[in-house]
Amino acid sequence: MTWTKLDKFCLVAAIAALLALIFPLAGVDGDTGKQVAFVGDIPGLAVAMALCVIAGSAFTWLGVGSVTAGMVILAIAVFGCWQAISVLYDYGVAGYAGPGFWLFILSLWAFVWRGIDVIANFHSLDRTKQHLANFVVPVAFGVWLLFVWEVVVSGFGVPQVLLPPPSMIGERFVNSTDILAADFHQTFVKAVLSGYVMGCGSAFIVAIAVDRVPFLKRGLLPLGNMVSALPIIGVAPIMVMWFGFDWQSKAAVIVIMTFFPMLVNTVTGLNAAGKLEKDLMATYASGYWSTLFRLRLPAAMPFVFNALKINSTLALIGAIVAEFFGTPIVGMGFRISTEVGRMNIDMVWAEIALAALAGTAFYGAVAYIERKATSWHPSFRVRRH
Amino acid sequence: MTLKQVVNNVAEMPASKKAVVDIKKLSLTFQTADGPVYALSDVDLTIEEGDFVSFIGPSGCGKTTLLRVIADLEQATGGEISINGVTPHEAREKRAYGYVFQAPALLPWRSIERNVTLPLEIMEISKEERVKRAQEALKLVELNGFEKKFPWQLSGGMQQRASIARALSFDADLLLMDEPFGALDEIVRDHLNEQLLKLWARTNKTVAFVTHSIPEAVYLSSKIVVMSPRPGRIIDVIETDFPKDRTLDIRETPEFLEIAHRVREGLRAGHSNDE
Ligand SMILES: Nc1ncnc2c1ncn2[C@@H]1O[C@H](COP(=O)(O)OP(=O)(O)OP(=O)(O)O)[C@@H](O)[C@H]1O
Ligand SMILES: [Mg+2]
Repeated sequence: MTWTKLDKFCLVAAIAALLALIFPLAGVDGDTGKQVAFVGDIPGLAVAMALCVIAGSAFTWLGVGSVTAGMVILAIAVFGCWQAISVLYDYGVAGYAGPGFWLFILSLWAFVWRGIDVIANFHSLDRTKQHLANFVVPVAFGVWLLFVWEVVVSGFGVPQVLLPPPSMIGERFVNSTDILAADFHQTFVKAVLSGYVMGCGSAFIVAIAVDRVPFLKRGLLPLGNMVSALPIIGVAPIMVMWFGFDWQSKAAVIVIMTFFPMLVNTVTGLNAAGKLEKDLMATYASGYWSTLFRLRLPAAMPFVFNALKINSTLALIGAIVAEFFGTPIVGMGFRISTEVGRMNIDMVWAEIALAALAGTAFYGAVAYIERKATSWHPSFRVRRH
Repeated sequence: MTLKQVVNNVAEMPASKKAVVDIKKLSLTFQTADGPVYALSDVDLTIEEGDFVSFIGPSGCGKTTLLRVIADLEQATGGEISINGVTPHEAREKRAYGYVFQAPALLPWRSIERNVTLPLEIMEISKEERVKRAQEALKLVELNGFEKKFPWQLSGGMQQRASIARALSFDADLLLMDEPFGALDEIVRDHLNEQLLKLWARTNKTVAFVTHSIPEAVYLSSKIVVMSPRPGRIIDVIETDFPKDRTLDIRETPEFLEIAHRVREGLRAGHSNDE
């Protein structure tokens, strides 16, 4: 067997795990002058490292060809991750991680990388299996990133004010669901949704009107680009002065932010219908509204959805930032700005996690509707064969 | 069959029937950035009720343009044109014609059936009637069974047939067809030619038909219009006397070959004029 046929990721994993067994697991405690922990005292970790060495060398020769093999190394990696976390928190290695520990993490990294790689390249005609594989890959990758974040932060003993470990953020998240729910309701349900609907809806209607008036089409769009470049930092305080502290001023900021992307996209989309199709409608003596609803709006839908997706992220950012400039004592932006002041960084991160979840779900919902509504579009067709 | 005098000149024919399309000294110049393009010049043509007129000529000679002028999709820059005695614009408003474009132009978000019912929908015909007519039209072009498919799931030729079904669905008296069978194989083409002839014989529709195929033009037409390259002019109008219920067999007759020969000569002459 030649060198190039060896599975290099598994080779790295095996060597790193072997070195992890040799190098010291943890640093020296300043008070006692002794090493904090030894691999020999922790059977679970020793087993995990040994498994990594054995599996790593085996798969270096065998190669990771099948999904089953990928699953096996992922399973070993999961066991290893569990042991690593346990060492950090149960054996007091947190803050004292030594080269042995980091080599072990490196070994796990190589395994995870290889395992995800194999599953990501999985192609099957069986739709449920394919869906499962498509689901596992991002989840496994996300979980791995959280794990790395956790071990790096606690292994090096990074101060919590700088960056709390995800476990702490998760704990805070679970323990403050009532606050988070109230903030979510204030910021997302009240401000974001209403601002989004008003901004996108009015822009859509204005776009149809603008489309009928040529000079508006020429004059308004450059102006639109200018307005969409306005910094929300400047607009938000003014909106607070106009519409008060509550969600209405945030909705107003969102309307300003979302209006022009929607306007510009819809106007462009209304011109997307081809000349041939317009001629076709003309041969049926189709009137303005008939052509609008039967040809031009359907043809504009990909553009409209593009704007809806852009706006779904813009709206959330706008609402949170706008809350920095005055708000009743509830809301995601309000919570972030006050908890930062109180050095409750874990609460800030819990809000950030909430914002990420809400934003992803919002975007995902819009993208899902897009897929259903414009399934005829070439960018979606491919998979339906 | 009276094939004694198959070939006649227009001038010799008695002008008894109603003129559906009447064109006098029509010309059309496109103003482009590279200067004017003379697409049509001095076109004189009468299409009578029940005529099947084929337009044949080299690529770019203005066949499509002429059809588009008749359909009020392009405005003539000189001369006169009337459709059923009114302007093309009024005729279009009255939905006087069905147009089959050179490309299928199906709307991708509509199923084949809903594409075919599109004109009926615009004309506010009831739902049941729409579905019924779509069925009939699709059957005529042998696309029954594909109602629920989307255009991109059909081959190019099938798409073109769907677009023919769409033009037939609302039963206009005048059909304008721009190379409708250009994308089809010989067998399907023969078959659709037969279908179209049958439809024409049955309904007394007037058809204006652009083609590049000499046999197709001779087989289908009651009148063949030979055009020359830019500026598009009519160089010959050949009338045929085949009965309306002709079959593909006539393609073997000497009369057929004679007309085909005359069309070819006309096309040649047009080409040499150009040089
Ligand atoms: N919108 C337009 N603007 C400028 N020139 C045009 C336009 N439409 C057509 N032409 C020109 O007019 C001439 C006639 O075009 P037309 O499409 O009628 O040709 P055609 O006989 O249908 O050709 P083909 O058999 O290839 O379809 C061509 O030279 C073309 O370049
Ligand atoms: Mg053409």
